Amino acid sequence: MFTLTINGEARDVDVDEGTPLLFVLRDTLGMTGTKYGCGIAQCGACTVLMDGAAMRSCQLPVEAVGPSEITTIEAVEADDVGKRVVAAWIEGQVPQCGYCQSGQVMAATALLKQTPEPSDDDILYGMSNLCRCGTYNAIAAAVRQAAKA
Amino acid sequence: MILAPASAAGLSRRAFILRSGAFVLGAALPTRVLADVAGAGEGAAAVAPAPGTRVAAFIEIGADNTVRFLSPFVEGGQGIATGMAQTVGEELDVDPARIEVECAPPGPDYQVVNGMRLTGGSFSTRSSYPVVRRLGATARDMLLRAAAARLEVDVDALTTRDGVVVHATSGRTLTYGDLATEALALTPREDVPLRDPAAFRWIGKPVGRIDVADKSRGLAKYTIDHAVDGMLFAAVVHAPHYGTEPKALSNEADVKVMPGVHSIHTLPGAVAVTADSWWRARKAVEALDVTWTDPAPTGIATVAADFSSDGMLAALTGSTAPGVSVEAEGDTAATFAAAAKVIEAEYHAPYLNHAQLEPPSTIARFNDDGTLDVWLPNQMPEAFQKLCAEAGGVVPEQVRLHQPMLGGFFGRHFTYGTGNPFPQAILLAKATGRPVKLVWSREEEFKMDALRPLSFTRLKAALGADGMPTAITSRTVGEGPLGRYFGLSPDSSTVEGITEKPYAIANRAMETVTLRHPVNIAFWRSVGHSMNDFFYEGFLDEIADAGGQDPFALRKALLAHSRRHLALLDEVARISGGWRRGPYTVDGTSRARGLAMASPFGSETATIAEVSLEDGATKVHNVWVAFDPGSVVNPAIVKAQVESAVALGLSETLVEQAVYENGVRRDANYDTYQVLRREMMPAVHVSIVESGAPMGGVGEPGLPGVPGAVVNAVAALTGVRVRSLPLANTPLSAA
Repeated sequence: MFTLTINGEARDVDVDEGTPLLFVLRDTLGMTGTKYGCGIAQCGACTVLMDGAAMRSCQLPVEAVGPSEITTIEAVEADDVGKRVVAAWIEGQVPQCGYCQSGQVMAATALLKQTPEPSDDDILYGMSNLCRCGTYNAIAAAVRQAAKA
Repeated sequence: MILAPASAAGLSRRAFILRSGAFVLGAALPTRVLADVAGAGEGAAAVAPAPGTRVAAFIEIGADNTVRFLSPFVEGGQGIATGMAQTVGEELDVDPARIEVECAPPGPDYQVVNGMRLTGGSFSTRSSYPVVRRLGATARDMLLRAAAARLEVDVDALTTRDGVVVHATSGRTLTYGDLATEALALTPREDVPLRDPAAFRWIGKPVGRIDVADKSRGLAKYTIDHAVDGMLFAAVVHAPHYGTEPKALSNEADVKVMPGVHSIHTLPGAVAVTADSWWRARKAVEALDVTWTDPAPTGIATVAADFSSDGMLAALTGSTAPGVSVEAEGDTAATFAAAAKVIEAEYHAPYLNHAQLEPPSTIARFNDDGTLDVWLPNQMPEAFQKLCAEAGGVVPEQVRLHQPMLGGFFGRHFTYGTGNPFPQAILLAKATGRPVKLVWSREEEFKMDALRPLSFTRLKAALGADGMPTAITSRTVGEGPLGRYFGLSPDSSTVEGITEKPYAIANRAMETVTLRHPVNIAFWRSVGHSMNDFFYEGFLDEIADAGGQDPFALRKALLAHSRRHLALLDEVARISGGWRRGPYTVDGTSRARGLAMASPFGSETATIAEVSLEDGATKVHNVWVAFDPGSVVNPAIVKAQVESAVALGLSETLVEQAVYENGVRRDANYDTYQVLRREMMPAVHVSIVESGAPMGGVGEPGLPGVPGAVVNAVAALTGVRVRSLPLANTPLSAA
């Protein structure tokens, strides 16, 4: 049994050691906004915030979370930066298929928390999430928009 | 919701012909797949409703005035749900932002793509636009007549305003929700006038997408996000060599006692474990020690132990089989004999995975009444319903399909034989007596995904003394998905993009040779065009070089007869600041530009790419696309789709390839299977030209011009003519 702090709430989960946080969120807690894409921390669809920093939850064993605060897409708008990011995503009409976008929104939120006024290179190197629909330009524009807002 | 009648209206006598981007139903074509699609006999054909005419099948209005549209098409990022809401909303007089769009169940009402139902071929909007407008207008008329009866006034005294019927004289109003039950009981009129396009409020406008807010908040639900009560989770491992079978499990007892494990199963070509969580099921199935049957030692009849992409390419290249003519005009033999110059080149392109971000999954649940519920991604419901029924040992009418939006489209979601998990999920649900949710790991998906076929084409041209081409011939060897899955022969999907080009080259002889791939093959965004337009447009630049012509000027000369194409060339030159090939210097580095045109799926494109070299790799700075789909429903979505298609085109141009070595696929995940990353994405500039020509496709046509434009730019920059994809396979340095 592990006790996690997710979106400000303590959650007890009865899962095996070694279970990636991603599957605890999705299958144990039913929080399916965080997506499974690759399982090897390549695509970024599973990105959550761990103490405010972007973390790929598919490679994060549940026992490694400890007392850290986990924030998922379900609560991102409770955060001021996250709220601006979601608003910019909608205004910029960023998503297409949308499957990677939870992870993109979380990565953008983490980036802006760390670097409130990111340069183009900050966006380029700060957000390595894959998007198969190729919405990279719309994402970068929305990050710049959220930074200004 | 209306359940489908038993039969799907005589589909098996109809045909499916692709020609010039038009989608035509003909008289006697491949019966096999069409019968598969229809899934039933033809006995009830006479009583089936005409597709796309029954208002109640498409439009549901709640007492609370909510409006739901049951769409024949599945949303996968292409924006079709929004396009449907705009189109029906315009005529129904309901703001599209208030319309909920859901993928309709199987049934003859929804077979609006010329008598069939599929989301693909960039057919959705162009095939259904008049049908959906008429549905909206017919429904509005029924609501007006119901209101006239209720208010005891003349129908001409009524108007509508966003879901409300208004009697202006008295100020009385009724919502559509108030009227829905009475309205839907009326007999629809067949001659309701449509709205004057000059008065459109939503069609043709950059209306916001109805799914974007949910997708930005993680609320959109894909198949993989669904769950049902009492379900088991399942994971599978497929045979390492495609086509081999599990022979023995040596540690079944050990795996059976792993935590949470419910059961262990052998399936055709795979082993499976069900458990109380997917992670446990996956750990357990990957712990199984399986002995598999051996693949054939060699050859290309099957995926043999020594099968490789290189070997397959060698077989295509070396084929001496006679070709089937797919285009013949003039006298090529005489023209070649009289040519001032003859050039010849061989082009090829690799297998490709779809690599959509959502791994495939299925939930299957047998119910006490003998019905079967299946949640699965798909782009052709009747075909899936039929195969689900076969796997479950029920009849198609007992299968209820649930069709969530797709986490990536790209042609991934046709049935593809072993290429999807739904038959396995159904077998496991049957074996365990429990609902089962089967998810393929990314590694299993990369192993089992049906691939864009590898293809090969040899091109040959005759040039006159003036440097202009006088004849062109081509020989394509391979196999396409229209041949394999729709029985088309000759298979246009092997040659589309090489045939039916608009250029005035008087003598042409194009042929195709079918050489079957042993691997599972697929449609992939823009299908044959994804490589053939590269072959042709690359070769056209070779013709230009051989004849001492500028590639832009050559295309203008060959298109002098076509105002539509000349306008596109002028437009792409204009938005890119005027045609210049280069090389020229920007910020101290050398850049050059390439041009390519394409005529895919009823639309026309002209594309210019600007490239430089960075550490020996091609860096694309800008892509300009002039795009003419005739007319558009949502210019913002069209631009987004073109940019998305450019990204996928760049992905296959620069880095992407699925490689077979020693009978297995080399890449199992995104760490080695390369797709376009953010740092490879150029600025994309799209100009929509609405020529007024018949409406063409949107989702795919932005892609085919990209590889040719980039490779032609690389040739201008480096002097190296690359005839295969991806560019990453060819070492490059500046000229």
